[in-house]
Amino acid sequence: MNPSRRSLLGLAAAFLLGLSGAHAEDKFITVASTTSTEQSGLFGHLLPIYTQKTGVQVRVVALGTGQALDTARRGDADVVFVHDKAAEEKFIAEGYGVERKEVMYNDFILIGPKDDAAKATGKDILDGLRKIEAAKAPFVSRGDKSGTHAAELRYWKAAGIDLEAVKGAWYKETGSGMGPALNTASSMNAYLLADRGTWLNFKNRVDLKILVEGDTRLFNQYGVILVNPAKHAHVKKELGQQFIDWLVSAEGQKAIADYKIGGEQLFFPNAKK
Amino acid sequence: MSTLSEAFSTSFALMGGLDAKLLGIVGLSLKVSLTAVLFGSLIGLPLGAAVAVGRFAGQAPVTVLLNAFIGLPAVVVGLLVYLLLSRAGPLGQFGLLFTPTAMVIAQTALITPLIAAFTRQIVADAWREYHEQLQSLGAGTLRATFTLLHDTRFSLVTVVLAAFGRAIAEVGAVMIVGGNIDGVTRVMTTTIALETSKGDLPLALALGLILVGIVVVVNASAHLTRQWAQRHYG
Amino acid sequence: MAETGNGMFPLVMCNVGFAAGDRAILRDVNLTLEAGRRTVVLGPNGAGKSVTLRLLHGLLWPTTGEITWGGKTAQPTAQAMVFQRPVLLRRSALANIEYALDLAGVPRAERTDRATAALARVGLPHVAQRAARVLSGGEQQRVALARAWALAPRILFLDEPTASLDPAASREVERIVADIAASGTRIVMITHHLGQARRLADDIVFMHDGRITEHTPADVFFRQAQSREADDFLKGELP
Repeated sequence: MNPSRRSLLGLAAAFLLGLSGAHAEDKFITVASTTSTEQSGLFGHLLPIYTQKTGVQVRVVALGTGQALDTARRGDADVVFVHDKAAEEKFIAEGYGVERKEVMYNDFILIGPKDDAAKATGKDILDGLRKIEAAKAPFVSRGDKSGTHAAELRYWKAAGIDLEAVKGAWYKETGSGMGPALNTASSMNAYLLADRGTWLNFKNRVDLKILVEGDTRLFNQYGVILVNPAKHAHVKKELGQQFIDWLVSAEGQKAIADYKIGGEQLFFPNAKK
Repeated sequence: MSTLSEAFSTSFALMGGLDAKLLGIVGLSLKVSLTAVLFGSLIGLPLGAAVAVGRFAGQAPVTVLLNAFIGLPAVVVGLLVYLLLSRAGPLGQFGLLFTPTAMVIAQTALITPLIAAFTRQIVADAWREYHEQLQSLGAGTLRATFTLLHDTRFSLVTVVLAAFGRAIAEVGAVMIVGGNIDGVTRVMTTTIALETSKGDLPLALALGLILVGIVVVVNASAHLTRQWAQRHYG
Repeated sequence: MAETGNGMFPLVMCNVGFAAGDRAILRDVNLTLEAGRRTVVLGPNGAGKSVTLRLLHGLLWPTTGEITWGGKTAQPTAQAMVFQRPVLLRRSALANIEYALDLAGVPRAERTDRATAALARVGLPHVAQRAARVLSGGEQQRVALARAWALAPRILFLDEPTASLDPAASREVERIVADIAASGTRIVMITHHLGQARRLADDIVFMHDGRITEHTPADVFFRQAQSREADDFLKGELP
């Protein structure tokens, strides 16, 4: 009885050491980012290049933009890498971020069923949304305060539609990430607004296709911000800044442009020189 | 149907290929959940037995709480641990959020009530049978507690296994406190959630099949051990 | 520990009452037990025999009155009890006895020898390494007796130790109890088996409805019970 209990404790200690020791030596930063950058596979392409060059591991926690900013507000990330300009500027104004740098953009696309019963297909996103609303065709919204959700709400407003007034069974708020929302839309054959990266990497499309794309209003700007060390003293200032500087450098920008799925470029670097 | 058959062939291909990345994910899952089970047992077994054997005020409410906490949603546990470990939280200075240690803490919090509650039930039943004899032999409360734990060990194995099953299969808590970071805190369940998000349902299902396989193997070996033990010890 | 047996006797119950909640189980029980005898407690179900034994052994505390050992109220440790159903731990027969010796404060070095000797005295040296819980009912009760005997008690309480055993196993238990008594241990035993009582008892305590109606030498009791209740009991029980 006693020896077995002692060996159990030894085992426990070994487990703990194994867990904490695994990465204790590594230099790393924590980046709060969006599901679109993670699920599109961009980070899977970008981060190994960076880690190989600098020896710094980048740990990405993929959340909606709103949640990512909140995580940083609590001090649980060193860098945020998101896509909702208004929310990012508010974040900086509150003193949580040092400086916002534009990194790249991708674009949103309007997805819908192949037969497009609402006749939303076209070159104008606002027109497409108006037709969906007029037909009360099923529309899936992220409803999760993400950057994509914020963009969608902006488009409804710009289209002159008061969502609160016209909301009904046709408008479904899922409160989920881009992928789950796409799964929901494909199972209900519904319309939705998505980012191109996640769409290109998404496999469960069933009868969905792109209906509206290329409208300049659909451009989706990504920004990167160092969390303010004045608010959270443990923020890894140097390592975080080093990552940001690399993203906007010629080398980082090229790495972003190089990421393609099926020959198609997903993100377009546009950092200011 | 095609998704299902694809999932089966994918899972066999994954297991056959012994993909290093997959092994890493499976390994981390096992490491995190086994560690949580270890700590959960070190706390839950004596706690459950003490509640069964001890005589103290508040025994009934403690029992009710333990039983109620079995049903605690993993997401709630995850959220509480997140708030504790966050830099803005009381244990923030240790920087444990988004590490495997955070996942162990969350899973331990999740399964300790389960282990304690079932242990309490099993030990209380044994205590009814044993208590006059142990009292007659002069065993104090502490000694009686450990004697009962030892004597009900084969039943308690089942309890610990159930806890392991809950730990390794849950996704809500580890997603929140681990962050599903590639290569650091990505375990089987969070990978399944991620692949589902990407719409790669066959891969998600294939990973699920591997998860079920592991749980079945662990349970089968424990079942056989228990049968053998019961024949030998009664 | 075992030597604290000096000065244990007489064991005296003085006006002892016991109640479970509102229900009185024992009332005004007075009993004096001297050293070195074999006492059998008889009486119908519900008479309070088991409670009396548990009060004497210290598993229960009297609600009223007091129990004294050689004039003192402290419970001596040189005593043991065997129950109707033996409760053995999930380990070997030998380890069960060693466990009891450990609790009694016997040094580790002596335990195995004493446990082995105790098993030999009950005729079960060959089961030492067998798991106790897979032994037959009779063997389990004998291991329980060996466990009690290994403690070298000055007094041994037995609560219907043969009630769930077949006749052969019962006789074996009876023989062991006689041997334990011959080794100098005082016996207090409850039984429903009158033949057993005749063979084992030096004196009889008869209980009815929470009281002791008589405490008489066994030969007197079986020739002519002194209390009306005992007389009825014997007439009803004997063919």
